[in-house]
Amino acid sequence: MTTTALPRLRKSRSHYPLWFYLPAGAVYGVLFIVPTIASFYFAFTRWNMSGTEFIGFENFALFFSEPYLFQGMVNTFIYGVLTSGLKVVLGLLLAVFLTSQIIARGYLRSVIFFPTLVSTVGVGITFTVLMDPEEGLINRALAVLGVAGPGWLTDPDLALISVALVDVWKGVGLATLIYIAGVVAIPQEFFEAAKVDGASAYQNLRHITLPLLRPATATVIVLSLIGGLRSFDLIWAMTQGGPGFTSDVVASVIFKQYQAGFWGLSSAGNVVLFLLVAALMVPLYWKLNRKEVEQ
Amino acid sequence: MRRRRSTGVVPGLIAIVLSAVVFLVPFAFIVLTASKTRAESALREFSLPTQWAIVENFMAVIEARDYMLLLAFVNSTILTVASVSIMVVLAAMVGYVMQRRPSRLTPLLNALVLAGLIIPPAVVPTIWVLQGLGLFRTLHGLILIEVAYGLSFCVLLFRAFVATIPRELDEAAVIDGAGPVRLFFRVVFPLLRSVIVTAVIVQSVAVFNDFQNPLYFLPGDTNATVQLTLYNFRSQYTTQWNLLFMDILLITIPPLIMYAFFNRQIVAGLTSGAVKG
Repeated sequence: MTTTALPRLRKSRSHYPLWFYLPAGAVYGVLFIVPTIASFYFAFTRWNMSGTEFIGFENFALFFSEPYLFQGMVNTFIYGVLTSGLKVVLGLLLAVFLTSQIIARGYLRSVIFFPTLVSTVGVGITFTVLMDPEEGLINRALAVLGVAGPGWLTDPDLALISVALVDVWKGVGLATLIYIAGVVAIPQEFFEAAKVDGASAYQNLRHITLPLLRPATATVIVLSLIGGLRSFDLIWAMTQGGPGFTSDVVASVIFKQYQAGFWGLSSAGNVVLFLLVAALMVPLYWKLNRKEVEQ
Repeated sequence: MRRRRSTGVVPGLIAIVLSAVVFLVPFAFIVLTASKTRAESALREFSLPTQWAIVENFMAVIEARDYMLLLAFVNSTILTVASVSIMVVLAAMVGYVMQRRPSRLTPLLNALVLAGLIIPPAVVPTIWVLQGLGLFRTLHGLILIEVAYGLSFCVLLFRAFVATIPRELDEAAVIDGAGPVRLFFRVVFPLLRSVIVTAVIVQSVAVFNDFQNPLYFLPGDTNATVQLTLYNFRSQYTTQWNLLFMDILLITIPPLIMYAFFNRQIVAGLTSGAVKG
């Protein structure tokens, strides 16, 4: 593509001045790139009110030796994988359902989507009240059905998963929407051809819809994994990392260490989060792209 | 065909009931609690208020702490309007030149754009930079932060859309004597209207709902944005659930209005990657 466009390009190059990059580049460079690079230096220092002191890998060693920091890394991984996995599965099922012949499709699509636009902190506070072990609506409803509801946010084993479920509640609408766009883009000819061959509804789904939704799946996984791994607002609004530090993620550890004045440790948290995101995203990106090429 | 229509009624009805329980009940809970008196809201029950106090609660939330919420709405509006306008213009310039002028720089620029989407911003070093510039704890600083974090998404949108505008148009404008600035702002930029609307709406909702960046870069009551009022009110109003939920209700309304008016553009913007990948 580049080679065919070249002769014309040369002629008109000056009409697309490079200085158009400057204003955006200045803001982005100063406020995003510089701090990102600086974090790789500060992560190796003991940095607080009194100054910085180079201490090598000590901050990172803490992340692996201190349970309250290590738990955050494990939780970030669990949270990211759990939320994006659930969003893929539920989003796909909802999209297939909402593109079939049912009544009230428009209403259902809107209802599922609109939590995406609502304040995360507002949702967090609301669900904190709904998930209260005794007074909460969820456990009261379960009690009516004769089930003793768990302490959603007070049980150390459950708190992180409860927050992840609320994250899915809020974000599944976006995944559904992306999948719906993917389903709608599949040419009807495929289904007509399959009909001639006598394919069942399941075979349609398995051999036409699913393979052709791969780009949509890639988008959903990448978006929800990026969002899930750096998720802070919802966790902070619901549990603040508690009980104890059982629902802490790296993003909340960064905030806590910043508030406590351990700026070097907080920056190391950023580097850890960066490495965690990269470790998951790079192979995923490579794999998803390669599969597309093979098609 | 008729048979398929009739089979769609039962699953449709089941879905309506399920969606009401899962998605509408939490919102109804917000509205109902916001309408109750203080004593009744403390029970945190899902019930109709015996005494509607919606107007009183509204006034009480507005007046609380010297009209902090009104100030927060002003701050959030300034933040959203300023950061989204700057972001959109700057990103359109970048997306346009990136698409029109592929060069050896392009792979590097692509990597930078992707980095902006993927890398979690480094908080404390950013505060350090902002302090050096004298922008920490200022609304200007936060505006620029939101611009920096939103650029990548917008550049991707604009670059893809500029590709659909024929180059012949640029050439015609150049022959008519338009310089680069005129060519972009008078000819190309107006043609980007539909994608500008998409970018503006998606980013407005994101900036308006942002909690983390104001928390870090604009702490303190005097400069609070609406999301921070929730956080601040919560500590003050642990027992005044009616006021807390009234605050949530008021903050939820602007994005819902956006959705009601710009449903289609929001959907277009958020699903742009779904088909081509």
